[in-house]
Amino acid sequence: MNRPSTFLYSVLCFGFAVLYIPVFVLMAYSFNDSRLPTVWGGFSTRWYSALLENEQILQAALLSLEIALVSATFATILGTMAGLALSRVGRFRGRSVLTGMIAAPLVMPDVITGLSLLLLFVSLQELLGWPGNRGANTITLAHITFSMAYVAVIVQARLANMDQSLEEAAMDLGGRPFAVTRDITLPLIAPAMASGWLLAFTLSLDDLVIASFTSGAGASTLPMVIFSKVKLGVTPEINALTTLVIAAVTIGVLISGWFMLRQLRAQPAPP
Amino acid sequence: MNGIVHPGRGDRLWRGIIIGTPYVWLLLFFLAPFAIVLKISFADPIVAQPPFTPFFDWSASAGQRILATLDNYRFLLEDNLYLVSYLNSIKIALVSTALCLLLGFPMAYAIARTPQPWRNLLLLLVILPFWTSFLLRIYALMVMMGQHGLVNDLLLSLGVIDQPLAMLYTNGAVYLGIVYSYLPFMILPLYASLEKLDHDVHEAAADLGAKPTQVFFDITLPMAVPGIIAGSLLVFIPALGEYVIPALLGGLDTLMIGHTLYDEFFVNRDWPLACAVAILLLLILILPIVLFQHFQQEADA
Amino acid sequence: MTTPGNTLNTLNTTDTPNPEFINTPWRDPQQRPFIEIEGLSKRFGDFIAVDAVNLKIYRRELFTILGGSGCGKTTLLRMLAGFEKPSAGRIRIDGVDVTDLPPYLRPVNMMFQSYAVFPHMTVYQNIAYGLKKEKLPRAEIKERVGRMLELVQLTALSKRKPNQLSGGQRQRVALARALIKQPKVLLLDEPLAALDKKLREQTQFELMNIQDKLGITFVVVTHDQEEAMTLASRIAVMDAGDFVQIGTPSEVYEFPRNHFVASFFGSINLFDATVTSVDAGELCVLLDDSDTEICTRYEGELAVGSACKIGVRPEKLLISTERPAEQGNTITRGVVEDLAYKGNRSIYRVRAQNGRIIMVSAQNKQRSAHLPLEWDDEVYLSWPSDCSVVLTA
Repeated sequence: MNRPSTFLYSVLCFGFAVLYIPVFVLMAYSFNDSRLPTVWGGFSTRWYSALLENEQILQAALLSLEIALVSATFATILGTMAGLALSRVGRFRGRSVLTGMIAAPLVMPDVITGLSLLLLFVSLQELLGWPGNRGANTITLAHITFSMAYVAVIVQARLANMDQSLEEAAMDLGGRPFAVTRDITLPLIAPAMASGWLLAFTLSLDDLVIASFTSGAGASTLPMVIFSKVKLGVTPEINALTTLVIAAVTIGVLISGWFMLRQLRAQPAPP
Repeated sequence: MNGIVHPGRGDRLWRGIIIGTPYVWLLLFFLAPFAIVLKISFADPIVAQPPFTPFFDWSASAGQRILATLDNYRFLLEDNLYLVSYLNSIKIALVSTALCLLLGFPMAYAIARTPQPWRNLLLLLVILPFWTSFLLRIYALMVMMGQHGLVNDLLLSLGVIDQPLAMLYTNGAVYLGIVYSYLPFMILPLYASLEKLDHDVHEAAADLGAKPTQVFFDITLPMAVPGIIAGSLLVFIPALGEYVIPALLGGLDTLMIGHTLYDEFFVNRDWPLACAVAILLLLILILPIVLFQHFQQEADA
Repeated sequence: MTTPGNTLNTLNTTDTPNPEFINTPWRDPQQRPFIEIEGLSKRFGDFIAVDAVNLKIYRRELFTILGGSGCGKTTLLRMLAGFEKPSAGRIRIDGVDVTDLPPYLRPVNMMFQSYAVFPHMTVYQNIAYGLKKEKLPRAEIKERVGRMLELVQLTALSKRKPNQLSGGQRQRVALARALIKQPKVLLLDEPLAALDKKLREQTQFELMNIQDKLGITFVVVTHDQEEAMTLASRIAVMDAGDFVQIGTPSEVYEFPRNHFVASFFGSINLFDATVTSVDAGELCVLLDDSDTEICTRYEGELAVGSACKIGVRPEKLLISTERPAEQGNTITRGVVEDLAYKGNRSIYRVRAQNGRIIMVSAQNKQRSAHLPLEWDDEVYLSWPSDCSVVLTA
């Protein structure tokens, strides 16, 4: 294989520079004692202390984590069911409707998803007197709905690559449908479900627009707080927050990469 | 295992649960909301909670009366703001998709031609931004481009300019923001189709007398078409309805429909009009979405 | 049983094997079939995969369904296992109508072409799975799995995961797993296709031994005619969703019903002939290139004077430079066009007078560095007349 030309490598480096320099610069600023980015006021961790003392940000971060944990878990359950329904239970009436409802949220603009869910909650409130105060509960419901589609797609892709005779063999040996799902299908798609959960978790933590629509007066998620702060310009606490988030993500990626490598080594290629 | 036993009720129940649960959930939280948006887009705004007239007037003594109005849609077509927003969104989405393609194609090609294990590392670098907060990355861009940002600072100290450039809050910043955010969506499908390209094919073409540029245009480019289409649609579709990027990086004249809808809803509190804007946005999106699914199915087949 | 088909068939039949037909139960009119398939069809949209087939398989048979890809053999097997719902027809196993039973309630187990060994379970767990689903006591499971591991010689590997096994070992896990529940019928989908040639030959005999030891009825689907011939008590040749011929290996080889069956099992030479007389199952024809009249068994309908084809297997032909004796032989002439020395035998391609190419396979019984024949030699071809088969399609 001949190596890419210098031109290709220059573009590659330029592209990565565009992707990474702003974030690295921001991380450097987070240790700047001065409030102004242009002035280097010396190394300092004061913005980290300020961040940890900022009740509003901490509250919002806690709320966001809570919503992300719950919604990712439910999205994984519902998305796995949808993936199984689309690729393992045979034909049923309304299958194409379900396919459409799984595919659509992936390409739906956030503003439309958010608007439509808010209007649903308002209408339900009028009709049933539920869900009462909008906040963590309604944001969670909204996040489950849009991230379950992503989980379903990941699970479906895994199921499409899985030899269906494994499940047939289990059924042939006396496993009833539920037992086959529990004994064979779920253990084998567990890695896909884990990826789905992680994606749903990240999507939920990251979402600003849908949460803004579906939240009530009281509840503010972390992205909502960040948005209201950065709209006004440079906020050193947010620089510190960015650094922490990037550090967490990098560690997470390294750990999962190490696990994947270990798994690959533990399984010698079949002779 | 003796005698005739019919599949138990429990077995059908399990099947019913697997199909029924996500089905009911999506009907309630995905399809029903759209019906409501459609319904409200035909309602009149009123100052009340919620701020729109009911579609069915239950109070009318002579049974149901449907209170539908096309006023909202008429208003959308008459007021320049909305038409400009729609057209501007399409323009911005198209231009940034083209920019993504221009930058993403050589990057994907370089990655696909890099030997392992470096190739995996480069791919990881492309995917990594996916996992970091979108909002924080946009914010990092704001800091870079601000009045006192690194770019202005650098240019000033080098003497290229004597006054800080107004980069933030312009259309240009929005283009950069979209490229910055959606570049990985372009690179990954491009890489997927370029990676499949057997290098022997290149050598065969060269052996048959094709010059490097001819090899590129005769072999590489045609084979990358599925990736180009998938990547372009993956950038174009979310860019069209984007809210955060124009809200943070755009100026007052950067009208994008997602932003307009948001303001119509939260600032003007005209819910019926916001619904009409949403319906029209969906209509614009249907064509690229149908195209995307068509090409996906073709790729799967 | 209340299904009408059962009562009809069980009137004069018996389950006890008749010593006279111990190895050929299908010849015993009194024997009750173990698997009965009646008018079984499967349609996928407009495509008819299996077209109203009837089949009777007897206890302890090693029955093989043979056919090319897309002939419907796998669909038939999957209907027996319960993975496909028939569009029409019934399946009875040991007198019980299983047509509407789901796979997990059928007294049938299957060995899959891909083996479908559960990758996340050890060898032991794989084999024990079926017994666990029967909720048997742990001690009994342990005991039975232990015996099965011994039978397939996997005791030492019981704690391994499938990705630490060779292809042949995985095949034995799949076999043990399917046998552990002592099914009435074991279905095998291309059981040896994934093994290399040497292992395949060895495994063929192992399969036959195990079948003999356990006395389970085997139904094997394969596309490999050699495998079918080696394994089978009877072979059903399938084409386009229907059976073309059902018989013992030697029946389908020596007495193929038509050209399709004949050419599926090795090659066959065709000669043009004209019917001279028809008489109660015996048909006499005159070969166009010869003056010999051949009389042979034929059950079809052919009128006197009509054209037909005579098929002769290459190894039945004798090639010689001198005219052989007339007695009982059919003789024709030709020119050697090509020859191939294969060690144990030689293949000659002879051009007959009508221009057709005839293949002759001759055993090299004499030890000699020289071939007895050369290119362009004029030769006589002869064969015992009763080796001829009348072929239509």
